[in-house]
Amino acid sequence: MSEPRDSAAVRLRMEGVRKAFGATVALAGVDLEVQAGEVHALIGENGAGKSTLMKILSGAYRADEGLMWLDGEPYQPKSPADGRRAGVAMIYQELSLARHLSVMENILLGVEPRTGPFINWKRMRSSTSEALGQIGRGDIAPEVQVSKLSVAEQQLVEIARSVAIGCRVLVFDEPTSSLTQADIRRLFDLIRRLKADGHAIVYISHVLEEVQEIADRFTVLRDGHSVGSGRPAEVKTSEIVTMMVGRDVEELYPRSQRPAGELALKITDLAGARLPLTATLELQRGEVLGIAGLVGAGRTELMRAVFGLDPVRDGEVKVGGFVGGASPTRRWSQGVGMVSEDRKNEGLARNLTVADNITMPSMRGMGPGWLVTPAGQDRASRPWIDRLRIRCLSPRQPVEALSGGNQQKVALARLLYADVDVLLLDEPTRGIDVGSKADIYQLIDELARGDEESNRPPRAVLMISSYLPELLGVCDRIAVMRRGVLGEARPVKELDERGIMLEATGAEQAT
Amino acid sequence: MKQQKRQAAIVRRAAGSKALLTRLGPLIGLIFVWGLFAMVVGGSFINWPNQRLILLQSTVVATAAIGATLIIISGGIDLSVGSSIAFGTMLIALILKFELTETLPDGGEQVVWSALETMPILWPIVALIGGILGGAVIGLSIGAMVIGHLGRVAALLIGGFTVLWTWSVITPFGAVVAGIIAAAVLWVLSDRFLKRVELSPFIVTLGMWGALRGAAKGLGDNQPIYPDQSWLTDLMQTSDSGIGSVMAPGVWIMIALAIVIACMLRYVRFGRHIFAIGSNEETARLCGVNVERTKLALYSVAIACTGLAALMQFSFLTGQGDPVTAEGYELKVIAAVVIGGASLSGGEGSILGTIAGVLIMFVVDNGCTQLGLDNWVQEIVTGAIIVAAVGLDRLRHRRMV
Repeated sequence: MSEPRDSAAVRLRMEGVRKAFGATVALAGVDLEVQAGEVHALIGENGAGKSTLMKILSGAYRADEGLMWLDGEPYQPKSPADGRRAGVAMIYQELSLARHLSVMENILLGVEPRTGPFINWKRMRSSTSEALGQIGRGDIAPEVQVSKLSVAEQQLVEIARSVAIGCRVLVFDEPTSSLTQADIRRLFDLIRRLKADGHAIVYISHVLEEVQEIADRFTVLRDGHSVGSGRPAEVKTSEIVTMMVGRDVEELYPRSQRPAGELALKITDLAGARLPLTATLELQRGEVLGIAGLVGAGRTELMRAVFGLDPVRDGEVKVGGFVGGASPTRRWSQGVGMVSEDRKNEGLARNLTVADNITMPSMRGMGPGWLVTPAGQDRASRPWIDRLRIRCLSPRQPVEALSGGNQQKVALARLLYADVDVLLLDEPTRGIDVGSKADIYQLIDELARGDEESNRPPRAVLMISSYLPELLGVCDRIAVMRRGVLGEARPVKELDERGIMLEATGAEQAT
Repeated sequence: MKQQKRQAAIVRRAAGSKALLTRLGPLIGLIFVWGLFAMVVGGSFINWPNQRLILLQSTVVATAAIGATLIIISGGIDLSVGSSIAFGTMLIALILKFELTETLPDGGEQVVWSALETMPILWPIVALIGGILGGAVIGLSIGAMVIGHLGRVAALLIGGFTVLWTWSVITPFGAVVAGIIAAAVLWVLSDRFLKRVELSPFIVTLGMWGALRGAAKGLGDNQPIYPDQSWLTDLMQTSDSGIGSVMAPGVWIMIALAIVIACMLRYVRFGRHIFAIGSNEETARLCGVNVERTKLALYSVAIACTGLAALMQFSFLTGQGDPVTAEGYELKVIAAVVIGGASLSGGEGSILGTIAGVLIMFVVDNGCTQLGLDNWVQEIVTGAIIVAAVGLDRLRHRRMV
């Protein structure tokens, strides 16, 4: 420690925390120290171990090794409820409120004031008003049903709940991901107010601008290690990024010479049932085209409409020489494949085997005649398991037993197996480790380049990502989607992160 | 490196034997239960005629459970099994009884032509096909409602009723034309104006559970139907010679069906797609599986199996259509499938397991009866087995992850 510090002010201390899931080491000895009256940012890419660390802090997971102290007392929560009782509260991305109950029932859930066996509604109401007043939102009525509130207000209810039961450590996990700019301002005011009241706040985010604004100190996690810490005011953003990524950007994003070939996908004035409003783009073989934009701008909806998963209201999609109605079945046969952004709920059939998942688009030629034999499925999927270096015991292992990165590779292997010409990738690297990311970037480059010797033509890749360095690193051109409207695709050479962000948020027009 | 490889091989082999154990779990349970009764009861339980009896008693439930396994693997459920069986026995009895009559001058009726009498071998085949087809049609309409074509099913139903209502008013030909027109108009209107509402199989088959029981009663005016004896009546009887002397033909049919469906589930695209839909419907759709068509097909096949079970029940009742038979079979069937290791959330299950599950229940029944235990004891034991089997299954799952 460079500066002497009053040890009494240290509210939370985690030392040497280790956690492994099977063969995957999620945390390899992480230290974290948060003082009372401090906002401490926890930064890292998806899969760096932030969520695991916070789940250990909240009591949802038990650490394999390592110790924790809360206000100098040893702290070993057995469950999230235990953690809350001890004074550690999580404010999650996905809100954990009972939507059909009222604000007061939510805030005092489990600690309802009672007279004898009966709930004391009068005290319910007054305690709730008090808690809401404490966070400066006395205007929310305690009786109102939670589902009638806006997302930002629901978040406030959650915060009030934590404050009401006297939590001393508040963990905000990506709290701004579904908020508007104005709501973010109000949330930051509230965080400052909580800080002034002496709460210790852990703030998880990968939006570095937010960290610069709100945090007093930060710790960077990468691949389960704490790789650096400091004060945002004293460190440049680019240095933080280097800590997060841990290697040269050039090295992470390979890009070979890829001359653009024939037209593979042409979208003309496409409109979906709700989103997108209008989208036009052309994608050639040998090209990687990125779509940037905010969550909710309609990027996923565009891709789903193109793939035939969502209805099309207007416009035309032309794949190679095909036009006309779209369904996933038809798209696969036209040589288009898609990786879903939601690996768990859509991307993979988790209790089926690796081979089942890879061969699902087409089960022809898996045995004699029209039969599908497990051995045939193994044979068909094996080359792709090797090529993508998917770590599994055998093709017959259930997908749910694999790590996130390997699961994502299975979802990608499906497209290689089906030998598609056009790859639609929706957030292909969300929530996976840096090593797997590097593998996937390399694969995208190889696919787009093609290989004449082994007679593999160049493929066309359409990719959605919310992580701009990735888009800038991988793509040839990038189009920005804003409020359902897809902008013109421009070469990456003409673009930078700031420009894309401005276009995505619409700040350009405002200034 | 070499050691690493060897270690990987050991891990793989361990995983393999664990998978085998998982697949054989219900069978081991069956052997355990059987062994227990064999020890306690002794000779009268072990002898072959008793085994034959257990098999015979379990055939109807087993046949229906084979179909229900498909539905449960796909993530659905069928609560209408018992009612479908009752409806099926009535339908088969009605077909067997088909005859033309003539009104006599004194107001009485005289049979001028009886199908069964004219074609004693051929006509029961028509009844057999009718039973299975009836099941398939019920399955098709359940499937159609599950995938959201409530309006279309309603259109067809109303078309059918139109034919019935107008049959005696206008000529039969006119009635059919009117029915077709009504169905077609309603079909087009519902497609145009009604949004597709996907209903859960639980709700659809709960409705069918009530409606089909009512329909079964309606077919016979609340009375059972007794057609004349035919070879269909002997389906559940052991004969004096040939393969039928080992076990009744119905049991053989059930075993054959089990093998066919088991192979289909494992080695045919349709079967693999059922697993895919049950495991994750969205993934299946993303991968280009035609989810709607697969569901229609699987409900049709599954409830056609129930139709076959109805045929066996008809024969088991020594040739009568009974509108109140097979009450509560739906829960027996679900219990058997679940004991057999299937997951009610879909994506898991096997025919071998289901058959073992059915046999476990009937071995318990038979054993308890031989021990002179009352019915209520059997029911408690069966209930305990259901909960214990699923509990063990969950435990095993947790350890695997």
